[in-house]
Amino acid sequence: MPEPFPPDSVGLVTPARQHFDQPLELVSGRVLESYDLVYETYGELNAARSNGILICHALSGDHHAAGYHSPEDRKPGWWETAIGPGKPIDTNRFFVVSVNNLGGCKGSTGPNTPNPATGQFYGPDFPIVTVKDWVNSQQRLAESLGIERWAAVIGGSLGGMQALQWAIDHPDRIAHAVVIAAAPKLSAQNIAFNEVARQAILTDPEFHEGRYYEQGVVPRRGLMLARMLGHITYLSDESMGAKFGRELREQKLQFGYGVEFQVESYLRYQGESFVERFDANTYLLMTRALDYFDPAGDYGNDLPAALRRASCDFLVVSFTSDWRFAPERSREIVKGLLDADRNVSYAEIEATQGHDAFLMPLPKYLDVFHAYMRRVADEVGA
Amino acid sequence: MELRTDLQLISEWIRPGSRVLDLGCGDGTLLRHLRDSRQVTGYGLELDPDNVIACIDAGLNVIHSNLDDGLQQYFDDNSFDVVVMTQALQVVHYPAWLITEMLRVGREGIVTFPNFGHWQCRLQLALGGHMPVSRTLPNPWYDTQNIHLCTFRDFEDLCRQKDIRILERTVVDHAHRTSLGMRLLPNLLGEVAIYRFTR
Repeated sequence: MPEPFPPDSVGLVTPARQHFDQPLELVSGRVLESYDLVYETYGELNAARSNGILICHALSGDHHAAGYHSPEDRKPGWWETAIGPGKPIDTNRFFVVSVNNLGGCKGSTGPNTPNPATGQFYGPDFPIVTVKDWVNSQQRLAESLGIERWAAVIGGSLGGMQALQWAIDHPDRIAHAVVIAAAPKLSAQNIAFNEVARQAILTDPEFHEGRYYEQGVVPRRGLMLARMLGHITYLSDESMGAKFGRELREQKLQFGYGVEFQVESYLRYQGESFVERFDANTYLLMTRALDYFDPAGDYGNDLPAALRRASCDFLVVSFTSDWRFAPERSREIVKGLLDADRNVSYAEIEATQGHDAFLMPLPKYLDVFHAYMRRVADEVGA
Repeated sequence: MELRTDLQLISEWIRPGSRVLDLGCGDGTLLRHLRDSRQVTGYGLELDPDNVIACIDAGLNVIHSNLDDGLQQYFDDNSFDVVVMTQALQVVHYPAWLITEMLRVGREGIVTFPNFGHWQCRLQLALGGHMPVSRTLPNPWYDTQNIHLCTFRDFEDLCRQKDIRILERTVVDHAHRTSLGMRLLPNLLGEVAIYRFTR
């Protein structure tokens, strides 16, 4: 029988579920009385419980970061490039925990799960959660797994923001933070893109104020548009040009508004397939969590003051063609850390792929990542 | 591994426990030595990605950046005890500005650079009529990063102009050894200079 999975993959993985009865007080003032978190783990927790790594996912990510759910799966988890035996997040050395955030749509408690108080889907009644709330819920999961201190908390984009928040909010419980393609807060332009995406969903006639589950429908057009817009911001002009240029699907112009350019076809495909796997209410919630993220806000808008709370070491990485969270945004984080006298290394990776580069197997990126993680492993005795 | 003599000399000028910024820190050899032997903390600024990886591998703090932008963008006034720059003065666009930047960010500066006034350079230019090529300046004029070569005397003139006080100077040859001749006629016999300076 042929080996079904590549040798540098964690292979077959099964998600786990943890129920929490202790109420979670949210930044908004609301309280989640109880909730479930769905997560995956790769590798083994060592006897000293010192080799735990927390992976935080981005806007449309989930707990399935590496490996396969079944031998028939065509695609592995979303960060297969970075997680596995011998990879930067080396599962021979680390115990990796990847969690679906609260408000997500892949099994953790969120808008598309039943509200125990009513028996109905939460829908729009699910409270808006923030990055801070996620971090607190992840801390509860760490406790339940017996991990007092993460060797590292790691994430890209919105995931990197969670790593930053972890460093500030739980300084004693994290030894390293790896913050990739992130920003210390969103710019007006970032928020503007999120708002257009939300408007696409909110104005879809099938949205029904967020109670579309009961109607047996999905705000397809809105969620698709939101994803198409988002997707443009994940790529770069250069990578789109290289991939599609002005290539037409047919030989000549049709003088209509159908799909004529290859890039249109690609975007529609991205939008349509996203609708099949994602929930519109979760998309609204995740974009809001992004908008609200501003750790310096709790410290008089003084980022170094916020970062002075942290005691872990940092790796910050950005990508040259990323314009969603451009290198300048990562440099703001680095500057804040330098002002706060924290240990930090920063790498700016030459890449044409835009924001998506953080998921790509770019040799220099993986070398930087690997070098840093080797140091983490040595330090924590992994 | 034996430390290069110039780096050895530099590290003797740095007090244990100092906070050091190394401009163009390469693969981090100096910073690693300072950390391990003198409990120095600090950061390196480095442009070459492979060097950045080597520094991370060594567990050093390294910021991936060019010197001009990096200094301005990241570092506040008086945030370091010592700012070091080895063998980079001659390749930067604005050496005079950089020297003053070093003393904005740090209390003291240390630089090393090749001496264009070495007798071999003088001979090659005066008698041969060619741009000098030597052990410390091994590349031909059309294929070198060195755009601001100077002699020791030039550098000291610049320091006077900028009201910079030279605290110490050591002159060595290409193998980073020193000799009586070099101490007597540094600008003629010295190949590499190491200066420590302050405001």
